Amino acid sequence: MPVRTRRSETEKDEEKDGADDDHDGHHGHHHGDGHHGRHGDDGDPHAREGGRSGMTAPGDAAPGPAPAPARGEGLDARLVVDRGAFRLDIALTAAPGEVVALLGPNGAGKTTALRALAGLVPLTDGHLRLDGTALDRTPPESRPVGVVFQDYLLFPHLSALDNVAFGPRCRGAGKAEARARAAEWLERMGLSEYAGVKPRRLSGGQAQRVALARALATRPRLLLLDEPLAALDARTRLEVRAQLRRHLARFEAVAVLVTHDPLDAMVLADRLIVVEHGRVVQEGAPSDIARHPRTDYIARLVGLNLYRGRAEGHTVRLEAGPAVTTTEDLTGPVFVAFPPGAVTLHRERPTGASARNLWRCEVAGLETHGDQIRADLTGELPLTADLTTVAAAELGLHPGTPVWAAVKAAQTHAYPA
Amino acid sequence: MTTRSAPRTRRTLRTAGAGVAALLALSGCSSAGSGDAGSSSEPSGTLTVFAAASLQESFTKLGKTFEKQHPGTEVTFNFGGSDTLAASITSGAPADVFAAASTRTMRTVTDRDATAGPPRTFVRNRLEIATLPGNPDRIDSLEDLTRPGLKVVLCDRTVPCGAAAQSALRTGGLRLTPVSYEEDVKSALTKVVLKEADAAVVYRTDVRAAGDKVEGVEFPEAVEAVNDYPIALLRDAPNPGAAGAFIDLVKSAEGRKVLTAAGFLAP
Amino acid sequence: MTGARAQGPAPAGPGPGPHAPPRRPARRTAGRRAPLPLLIPAAAGLAFLLLPLLALLVRAPWRSLPEQLTSAEVWQALRLSLVCATAATVLSLLIGVPLAWLLARTDFPGRGLVRALVTLPLVLPPVVGGVALLLAFGRNGVVGQWLDAWFGITLPFTTTGVVLAETFVAMPFLVISVEGTLRAADPRYEEAAMTLGASRFTAFRRVTLPLIAPGVAAGSVLAWARALGEFGATITFAGNFPGRTQTMPLAVYLALQNDPAAAVALSLVLLAVSIAVLAGLRDRWMTAS
Repeated sequence: MPVRTRRSETEKDEEKDGADDDHDGHHGHHHGDGHHGRHGDDGDPHAREGGRSGMTAPGDAAPGPAPAPARGEGLDARLVVDRGAFRLDIALTAAPGEVVALLGPNGAGKTTALRALAGLVPLTDGHLRLDGTALDRTPPESRPVGVVFQDYLLFPHLSALDNVAFGPRCRGAGKAEARARAAEWLERMGLSEYAGVKPRRLSGGQAQRVALARALATRPRLLLLDEPLAALDARTRLEVRAQLRRHLARFEAVAVLVTHDPLDAMVLADRLIVVEHGRVVQEGAPSDIARHPRTDYIARLVGLNLYRGRAEGHTVRLEAGPAVTTTEDLTGPVFVAFPPGAVTLHRERPTGASARNLWRCEVAGLETHGDQIRADLTGELPLTADLTTVAAAELGLHPGTPVWAAVKAAQTHAYPA
Repeated sequence: MTTRSAPRTRRTLRTAGAGVAALLALSGCSSAGSGDAGSSSEPSGTLTVFAAASLQESFTKLGKTFEKQHPGTEVTFNFGGSDTLAASITSGAPADVFAAASTRTMRTVTDRDATAGPPRTFVRNRLEIATLPGNPDRIDSLEDLTRPGLKVVLCDRTVPCGAAAQSALRTGGLRLTPVSYEEDVKSALTKVVLKEADAAVVYRTDVRAAGDKVEGVEFPEAVEAVNDYPIALLRDAPNPGAAGAFIDLVKSAEGRKVLTAAGFLAP
Repeated sequence: MTGARAQGPAPAGPGPGPHAPPRRPARRTAGRRAPLPLLIPAAAGLAFLLLPLLALLVRAPWRSLPEQLTSAEVWQALRLSLVCATAATVLSLLIGVPLAWLLARTDFPGRGLVRALVTLPLVLPPVVGGVALLLAFGRNGVVGQWLDAWFGITLPFTTTGVVLAETFVAMPFLVISVEGTLRAADPRYEEAAMTLGASRFTAFRRVTLPLIAPGVAAGSVLAWARALGEFGATITFAGNFPGRTQTMPLAVYLALQNDPAAAVALSLVLLAVSIAVLAGLRDRWMTAS
């Protein structure tokens, strides 16, 4: 049970927290990041804990399985929700300061999990503890949870400022105080000039930031983001993703985001939990998951050819039929993965011995993939291969063209299943 | 049928004077059917009778008798407030017979020459006080109705029973503030039947028709406020043969028997 | 009414660009004629609705009108009509909007039946509605007898009775209208409010209600108009007494008995006032939404 180092940081760091977050340099707002007024939050004994210095870049995340939260802090949940024939059953733990992404295809149950965390759907079974407090039976309005909804759900009849002030107001702040707090949040998000603007006049990126400010303004101990970037077009997305990453890095409590986009997940999260059919199929650091996918879904997401097989030394006998030679020396059930770019295609059987792995295939389909051509192959081993447009033209590939596919052993990667 | 009614409709619309008349024509719901108006020897076909609401029980009974006496006939009734019916008739509603609850109302029809021959009074009706069963408020006279705290309903003075009640009150030199001026005699009675009002000034026949749901109290001033019920064959009657026969039945001894049983007085 | 849905995320321009969408998208197809199969029945429909009103105007006793309208009873009846219709609308709002919310947002056994029951006053002949009210709230009614015995309250023959009768027939219009709007509105706004710490009631009051305001306004106008024209239930339940329970429709009906000209005059007054009020409200509310 690795105790995360940043847990041991004391309140002194936290004092700095507000200041070093405010790199935009607005003075006179040292109290404006949400610490101010905390003495009012009597009901939250952990309010001053979980401080950190905002260095949680994805690469820094503790690799491997979920770090167990120490002293009952952070999130500890097993969510079981039955919805007709569908059952969601996932375990979810996260330490304060950690950003966890639930990644999975549509219909995997990610959003249901999020709604269960927020209290919008009841748990059929399991438990939900946040900072040591059981929340299973707590109604959504009493949970210290903030949600950024997929299409933000900003209240259309309220200005940006009043949207953000809504939460503090509901949590008991006076009107003036709530608006002051909201104004601070909008300033942090760089949206001060839009305070009086109604949501329909905000651009997608601005609306996203207002939604984030609104969720954070209640000082949640758990921040939930449902497909936070899905509503944006590609260009805005890039920009907003970077901003969101900054804001999440500053956030001192647990953040759980739901996405079906692997790039969003990898950029924003410290740890990924891959959910398929209501179950966790894999979890770990983004880099680990990208390197060692364990399901076809993840392999497709990270762009790898993935096979299951049985290793005996350097040879892996694949379930799909042929054998693959690898550099790893393993025994027993394994996964073998290699990127499409590692595949070379030949019209004639290559004579050189450089490629140890050679399969007879047939082109099933071709599509452009960036500046490359991606070929879907069937035959001895179904796989995808990337090649340059020039190479594709030289080979004269069409659907139905017979080809030889070669992969060097050094470019395959085998790991225990 | 249609060719006959068309000119009449146009004429009455012209004379009716008010746009509402067209509206009211729609509410005269019964149609004259296809009675053969030519043969006056033996009545047949459909006969349409417009009659005051207070005649409902007795006329319905007489209608059955008529259909029995003259096989092949069918009597349809349109019961309602006399004034409403009169307005329908003058607006061209196809009716054969009109029986009104007051001569004043009948006059609005005769004034427009809508009757064939002068109307005849066939019964008279007298006011009575309807009280709750057992007369718990011990109402014995018209004057008792003026007691404070008593909830009395009258007919609106625009309808015959209301006009009659006002003239009775005038005769007795009484001032009565009811809780409501009801739109017709039946709704005035209903308020007592439902025990919402303590008393209502209605017709004797209505008290009789309500059976034991109300108790009738006669009062002397009623003599001064007797309603004559005139009946007339209408000039544009689609089925004048049957209409005449029906009026004869109403005025016959048999008709009288049914009507007096309902509480009407002989003319 | 569509305000709730229309509020998707705005098209995401890269710049700051808070470009306001046109307030009212031009929906009309300029320069193109409506197809005849629609135009002809539409014209017929309009004519059918307007001709009777036109007839009232044509046959109105214009010469005696001033004298008809100076009668104190007319103004008394008009004032009572306006007061009662407004009170009935307010009462409908107070109890009808929560009812609509219940029907639209919660799931309970027999909800379909309840919804059907709510609309029952629409199909019930108003006179029957009046009798039903008497049987329930009359001096001798199922509930009314206790009101009388315990609080000394009797409702028939009172102005309150008029308001109740009008509410009875008018509220279904409001409930149906508001429920429809609620169904069209995105319930997730309420969820969003709840995650921000709002109780369900606060969410309803501060989020849902403003979102469905146009629907509520439309429903109120419908209910108000229906209450203003109410006759059957009113005269049956509340009776007819000038100044206390005699509203315009009752005055019109009774005038019809022996003075049709006066009835037409009264109807014109009622029509003119309703048109003025409805047109005024429509302009105000529709531009506000």
